[in-house]
Amino acid sequence: MVSKEDVKYIAELCKLKFSEEELEEFTAEFCRIIGFVELLKEVDTEGVEATYHVSPKIQPLREDKVEPSLSREKVLQNAPEEQYGYFKLPRIMD
Amino acid sequence: MRYKTMIGLEIHVELMTKTKIFCGCPNDFGGDVNTHCCPVCLGLPGALPVLNKSAVEYAIKAGLAFNSQIATRTRMDRKNYFYPDLVKGYQISQDEIPLCSGGYVEIEKEDGPKKIRLMRIHIEEDTGKSIHTEEADTLLDYNRGGVPLIEIVTYPDMNTPEEARLFLEKLRATLKYIEVSDCKMEEGSLRCDININVIDTQTNTRTNITELKNLNSFKAAVKAMEYEEKRHIALLEAGKNTEGETRRWDEVKNETIVMREKGGVADYRYAPDFDIAPIVIEEEWIDEIRNSLPELPHDKKERFIREYGLPEYDAGVLTQSKELADFYEETNKYAKDPKQVSNWIMGDVLRRLKDEELEIEDLKFGPKDLAHLLELINSGKISNNIGKKVLREMFETGGKPEKIVKERGLIQISDEGELESIVKKVLSENQQSIIDYKNGKDRALGYLIGQVMKATKGKANPQLVNKMVREMIEE
Amino acid sequence: MDITKGTAMEMRERIINKEISARELVKAHMDRIEEMEGKINAFITVTKEEAFKKADLIDAKIKNGEDLGALAGIPIGIKDNIITEGIRTSCGSKMLENFIPPYEATVVDKINKEDGIILGKTNMDEFAMGSSTETSYFGTTKNPLDLERVPGGSSGGSAAAVKSNEVALSLGSDTGGSVRQPASFCGVVGIKPSYGLVSRYGLVSLANSFDQIGVMGRNVKDAALMLQVIVGHDAKDSTSTDMERINYLDDLNEDIRDMKIAVPKEFFEIDMDNRVRENVEKAIKVFEELGGKVEEISLPNSKYGLPTYYILSTAEISSNMSRFDGIRYGYRAKEYNSLDELYMNSRSEAFGKEVKRRIMVGTYALSRDHTEDYYKKALKVRTLIKNELDEAFKKYDIILSPTSPHLPFKIGERINDPVNMYKADCFTILANLAGICALSIPCGYIEGLPVGLQIMGDRYKEIDILKAAYAFELATGGVNNAL
Ligand SMILES: [Mg+2]
Ligand SMILES: [Zn+2]
Repeated sequence: MVSKEDVKYIAELCKLKFSEEELEEFTAEFCRIIGFVELLKEVDTEGVEATYHVSPKIQPLREDKVEPSLSREKVLQNAPEEQYGYFKLPRIMD
Repeated sequence: MRYKTMIGLEIHVELMTKTKIFCGCPNDFGGDVNTHCCPVCLGLPGALPVLNKSAVEYAIKAGLAFNSQIATRTRMDRKNYFYPDLVKGYQISQDEIPLCSGGYVEIEKEDGPKKIRLMRIHIEEDTGKSIHTEEADTLLDYNRGGVPLIEIVTYPDMNTPEEARLFLEKLRATLKYIEVSDCKMEEGSLRCDININVIDTQTNTRTNITELKNLNSFKAAVKAMEYEEKRHIALLEAGKNTEGETRRWDEVKNETIVMREKGGVADYRYAPDFDIAPIVIEEEWIDEIRNSLPELPHDKKERFIREYGLPEYDAGVLTQSKELADFYEETNKYAKDPKQVSNWIMGDVLRRLKDEELEIEDLKFGPKDLAHLLELINSGKISNNIGKKVLREMFETGGKPEKIVKERGLIQISDEGELESIVKKVLSENQQSIIDYKNGKDRALGYLIGQVMKATKGKANPQLVNKMVREMIEE
Repeated sequence: MDITKGTAMEMRERIINKEISARELVKAHMDRIEEMEGKINAFITVTKEEAFKKADLIDAKIKNGEDLGALAGIPIGIKDNIITEGIRTSCGSKMLENFIPPYEATVVDKINKEDGIILGKTNMDEFAMGSSTETSYFGTTKNPLDLERVPGGSSGGSAAAVKSNEVALSLGSDTGGSVRQPASFCGVVGIKPSYGLVSRYGLVSLANSFDQIGVMGRNVKDAALMLQVIVGHDAKDSTSTDMERINYLDDLNEDIRDMKIAVPKEFFEIDMDNRVRENVEKAIKVFEELGGKVEEISLPNSKYGLPTYYILSTAEISSNMSRFDGIRYGYRAKEYNSLDELYMNSRSEAFGKEVKRRIMVGTYALSRDHTEDYYKKALKVRTLIKNELDEAFKKYDIILSPTSPHLPFKIGERINDPVNMYKADCFTILANLAGICALSIPCGYIEGLPVGLQIMGDRYKEIDILKAAYAFELATGGVNNAL
């Protein structure tokens, strides 16, 4: 039901790399979800609304008021690479 | 017409809120690299977005201005894709329930108005910006990341590039009228993607849709559409089809170039963003916003016709932008004749602005100055032609018309005594023209008057010169 | 007497009464950490210097006669997926091995304001994906009650640190049971508050619509004290709830006469350790003896909880994990030739197996061809499950069940059997699906291994489950039972 091509497509979407062996494992894993989904199919959800938020409370929107930003030093604090105040991606043009 | 072009647009417009859409960082164009950033707009783990009320309000304003339905309950969704400019690996946008749906923009074509239908207007966040260095490195600045956008999507209701241009003009004018965006294409606060294809109405075959991106002016957009229209038709005529691909406009080569091959349909895995509580919009709030809307272009045009007695055409041109309309109304406050004001603005002022690719805001003189200039003409102090000359100088130096007239000695000569010797001299030097005139050649009179005007550097009162020349010839 | 073995309440008392200084208290706990860490590995980062600094501040306050906060001097452990400004927050992952956040989580802010002393960041399953703390990049945490066994997870470090007296209180996070299950495995009290009661600002998201920060303590009052401090609306979290504050400590009492208690019959049809079942059945009898009105009910949709949770949580995970791309922070691969390779290599090298598995599953569930049948369907089934529980709480105050169907298992025993690992969450996920509150309290020991009783309550009715737990605690050995 799930092909290795399907698994490859999913891996490409979420930017993960796998060995052939791992790809096979996922094929089995995906089949298991299909099993789960089969179980859900027996539930009659005709006319049932999807739950998007469990809490019934509505929050007010944020007032359009400026708050302090981070200093550039802190912005770049965890950057793997930086240059001239920018985050840097070396040797990659896209 | 055998070939029918179909054009649909997707326009992204940055909203002029004080802060970004989900955080309190300032929403300013420019600013030092990576200084308008915080944990939220950097997408740091654990940080949560909180929706800006003004962003919602501005989007509703736009929806109301374009006659859209406003959703009373909506939510934000995630559009998942990887891109360095995008800090979270997803863009917070709206999928199933856009804030505004439906609506239309009415464009004024020469053969009458046409409605271009809108599919939707939704709110979303802008991405950061990357620049590429000569060393092939990419440098990333996230100041723009999280700036509020509205995305406006039309139906493919435009059938010519000109219609698309009119649509864009009207859209921009309206958004500026309601003050939700400055719509500066060159700064990227208005960005437009175009979907275009052509149908052969005889065979009912249609080309695949081409998506045009990265257009940085309306002019470029029109050129790109015209180019594509021709390309699609040529392919149809050759029995071929287009690739469903994305192309961009190349300013230098004057042609569109493939950016991205068609590939599969993007799989964005839209899902609700549970970090943002459901958005509930009270009817009262919508009414409040509706009541706060300024006069829209169409209403203003109607009022100009009513209030100033302008022809429809004039009223249409003058209400193209709020700034222009304001300039016209302000000038009228100090001038007597609304139609004369309209003639001068639509004529000399707009022509000059168009030639120099400037906007009314760029003028060096104000409405009061223009009114004073007209007053000088109407009182007979200067001639109409001298008035045009003065206006040219006002364009260049921004000087006051009275001052220019005085300094250049341009005041009209309306004294017969002063003109007598000049007229006599011109007549004595042009005997042949007198004979011609007497033989019935009316044009000779004009020539003689022209010579007098020339001799006075245009300062002579033309009506007076006319009278004096006739009288002297008769003598 | 060893001060580390007391309750948090006692520690605070003794500090206020100047019987002990905050510095001495921190010192005693730091010694304990030194003694225990080699065995149990409950911490990823111990913040010794900061802790002593904070202790000195509190001692200065005491000296100056200033008012003290509710957590004055109490040593606290924070799960490492809760953001601490200037202190590494790794989420148990190689991805964030060197990540120093430039901001503070709201809960950490609150703890600091109430004079709590943070001793460090506790170990966890990588990005909270797991039920055993075995998926941590920083090594497995061991169960203090049996070093060969897991402490549960994903908040295993927080549970183990509390149980082994390294700290008095801790914070965990609970997406599908990650506070309650380790609390059960380590024999402590763990509370998962109602969705929205505690700000999530600064909690690294696992599955946003399920996540809640929870608390752990060695008895009910300690846990309630911690809960009291961290609840409340936060403008930075639009899903946090703006509601009247309830004082859990003042309102706490052991009178549960006429409390309406439901026991869902489906819960006992599940494949579970019989000894666990017997223990829990005994616990239910205690509630009856205390005057509670126990009735059996049916929750027919509860059996769809697992697949629903599995699909929805992985879908959210797949999206949440996308921000870890090696560009602005976190691990970046050394080798790559294109942008795509930079993404793929960084993510593939820095994420562990379980993280990758869930990202893949979630991406699959949300992908174009499946979102309708999988994701949207699950969102609707969630509504049915939620409605069913909402109905139950119209009639009953609390619902009882085991916390986990099993006793703590051996390290390595299940790590390669993810499905059975997920299945063990069957009792806990319902509270997350419905956004209601639940806690786990020790209800007995089998061969030295603790059994946890789960008490579920209605949305924002934390006081109900606290009362029930407190009554049970007093009836079965007193407040020092779990110490
Ligand atoms: Mg968009
Ligand atoms: Zn920001």
